[in-house]
Amino acid sequence: MNKMNASGWKPGTPVSVDNEGDYPTVTGNKALMLEERLVFELGTRETCGVDLPEPDASAPNRLGKFARRKPIDLPGLSEPETVRHYTRLSRQNYAIDLGLFPLGSCTMKHNPRLNEKVARMPGFADVHPLQPVDTIKGALGVIDELSHWLIELTGMSAVAMSPKAGAHGELCGILCIRAALEARGDMRKVVLVPESAHGTNPATAAFAGYEVEDIPAAPDGRVDLDALKARLGPDVAGVMITNPNTCGLFEKDMKAISDAVHAAGGLVYCDGANFNAIMGRVRPGDLGVDAMHINLHKTFSTPHGGGGPGSGPVVLSEALAPFAPLPFVVKDADGEIRLVEEENVGDEFPGSFGRMTAFHGQMGMFTRALTYILSHGADGLRQASGDAVLNANYLLRSLDDVLDAPFGDAGHCMHEALFSDHGFAEGMSTLDVAKGLIDEGFHPMTMYFPLVVHGAMLVEPTETESKATLDQFVVAMRSLAERAKAGDETLKSAPHHAPRARLDEAHAARKPVLAWNGQDDA
Amino acid sequence: MPRYFTEEHEWIDVEGDSATIGITDYAQEQLGDIVFVETPQTGTELAKGAEAAVVESVKAASDVYAPISGTVTEGNAALDDDPELVNSSPEDEGWFFRLTVSDASELEGLMDEAAYKTFCEGLD
Repeated sequence: MNKMNASGWKPGTPVSVDNEGDYPTVTGNKALMLEERLVFELGTRETCGVDLPEPDASAPNRLGKFARRKPIDLPGLSEPETVRHYTRLSRQNYAIDLGLFPLGSCTMKHNPRLNEKVARMPGFADVHPLQPVDTIKGALGVIDELSHWLIELTGMSAVAMSPKAGAHGELCGILCIRAALEARGDMRKVVLVPESAHGTNPATAAFAGYEVEDIPAAPDGRVDLDALKARLGPDVAGVMITNPNTCGLFEKDMKAISDAVHAAGGLVYCDGANFNAIMGRVRPGDLGVDAMHINLHKTFSTPHGGGGPGSGPVVLSEALAPFAPLPFVVKDADGEIRLVEEENVGDEFPGSFGRMTAFHGQMGMFTRALTYILSHGADGLRQASGDAVLNANYLLRSLDDVLDAPFGDAGHCMHEALFSDHGFAEGMSTLDVAKGLIDEGFHPMTMYFPLVVHGAMLVEPTETESKATLDQFVVAMRSLAERAKAGDETLKSAPHHAPRARLDEAHAARKPVLAWNGQDDA
Repeated sequence: MPRYFTEEHEWIDVEGDSATIGITDYAQEQLGDIVFVETPQTGTELAKGAEAAVVESVKAASDVYAPISGTVTEGNAALDDDPELVNSSPEDEGWFFRLTVSDASELEGLMDEAAYKTFCEGLD
C-alpha cells in the first residue's frame, strides 16, 4: 500500500530542462510564470494523494490470478500539488477574457456576464430534460420566446431549435431540403457550393448524399452569378451559400441567386455563421433564403471554442417549415405552451423528417442568447452588427498600406478583414506572422483560409473590442508585416516569449506522443 | 528515362521495372507550404488507384493514390525530416516512393510532359 503523500516533498526535485534567455534562472521559472512539468514527473510514485485505510488483511482475496502484480504507477500527487499543477497549466492558456482573439470566421466576441448570471438561475440551471413537462414551462417559454426573436430577425417562417452547432444546423437544413424535394417526388442529385462558402458546406451536402459541384468566385471575391445560372437545371437540388462570405464580403447578388435557383426548382441554403455582420439590418428571408442556421455561440455571444458548446438553430422558409425535425415547442392561441414529441405528435406535423437530437437543444445556450437579445433590444442588436463591421473596416484600412488586401478595392468589408502573403520576402510565410503575433501578446488570426487567397490571414475583431485594443493590434501587425517583407529571420523561429518556442505542429498532430513512457529523469 | 504524368498531378519515372513517383510542381504550388508527408512502407502491395501516401500542407491534407500497381521498394526517408523538399524540389529530391511495376500496360493511358503541361494550362 502506498503511503500518504502529505507534504508534496520529493527528494531531488530537478531543475528545469528548458531554460533559455538572457537571464536564466536555476528553476526555469520566469518570475511568477512557472515552468510546469508533466503530472507524471511531479510527486512521488511511492505515495498516494489520498489517505485510504489499509485493507483488512483477513479479507478473502477473490481476484485470484487477476490480482494486480505490479504497482499501478499513478503519479502520487497531494491535493495542493494537484491543484497547483492544473492551475499553473491553465495560466498558459489564452482566452477571450484575457485579450483580443481575432480568429476570422469564428466570432470570438465577449461573453457578457449577465448571460452567465441568468443561465445560473436555479430554475434554468437545474432543469432536467426528462422532467415532467408541467414542471418546465418556464424553460419552454424561453425556447418559444427565443424562437420568435430568431424568426423575426431573419424574416423566416419557422425555426428548428434542436441542432447542436453550425455544421449540425447545416445538416438539418439540407435534410429539410431533401425532404421537401422527396415529398414532391423530385430526386435531385446535385448541390452547388461556391468557392466563397464555408468548408463545412460541401461536407454537409456530401454527408446528406448529394454530389457537390463548385461554383467559381468572380474576381471581386463574390459568387460568379453567370456561372451559377449556367449550371442550374433539373438535377440541382439547391445551393449552399455563405453570406456574408468567407472573404468577408456581402453577396450583393443574393436575391438574384435565390430567384434563379427557385426558378430552376431548387432551394437555397444560407450558411448563417456570419449573421453577426447583418443582424438587425438585412433579413435573409427577404433575400429568398429557404434555410439558414444561426450560430448562437457566435452571433449571440454564448461561449465557445473550448469554453462552451455550440448551438445552431435553423430558420426555415414557408416552403421548408413543414419538414422541420421534432421536437417542437408550440404556443397555442390561449397562451399554453406545449412540447411536441413522437409520443404526442399525432398527425400534427406529418412532413417532419424525423429527429436529430435526444432532447430539445442546448438549453444553457438558449438562456444566454435570449439574455443577450433582451439586454440589447432591437436597436442594440442593430448597433452590434454595425460596430462589428466598423471595427473590421478600421483594421482593413489601418493595414492595407502594409499588407496586401486582395479585395480591398471591392469596397467595404463586412465583419472580417482579409489579407494575403503577397509581398512577403522569399521564405517568409503567413505562419511566421501568426507566430509573431503570439510574441506580441495576441491570439493569431485565422490562417490559410479561405483557400481562394494565397497565404490568407482572416481577421475578425468583433464589436466588443475597444479602439485602444484595435490600435495596439494594428501596431503589432504593422511591425510584423514589415518584418515579413524585410525577411527578418528571427520571425521564422517565433514565438520566442511563449512557454514553448516554435512547435512541430504537423508531427504533433500526425504522430502524437500520447502515453507516458515511464521514464522519470528525476 | 521516360516520365509520365497523371491527371491527379503525379509524375512517374520508369527505369526498367522500377518506377519513382512524386507530385508535380503544379501540385505543390496548389498545396502551399508542405509540413508532413507519410510514404508507404517497403513491401506494401499497391493496386492502381489505392491510397499510397499522405501529404499535408498548411492548407489541407490530401491522399496520394498509386498511379500504377506495384510493390513498394522504398519510401523517401528524407521527407520525414524535410517535408519542404516537396516544395523546393518536387520533381527530383522530393520524390515520394519507388515501386516495382507489376503491369507496364497501365502506363499506356498516362500523359507525357507536353500533354500534362497542356492539361494544367486548361485548369487555370
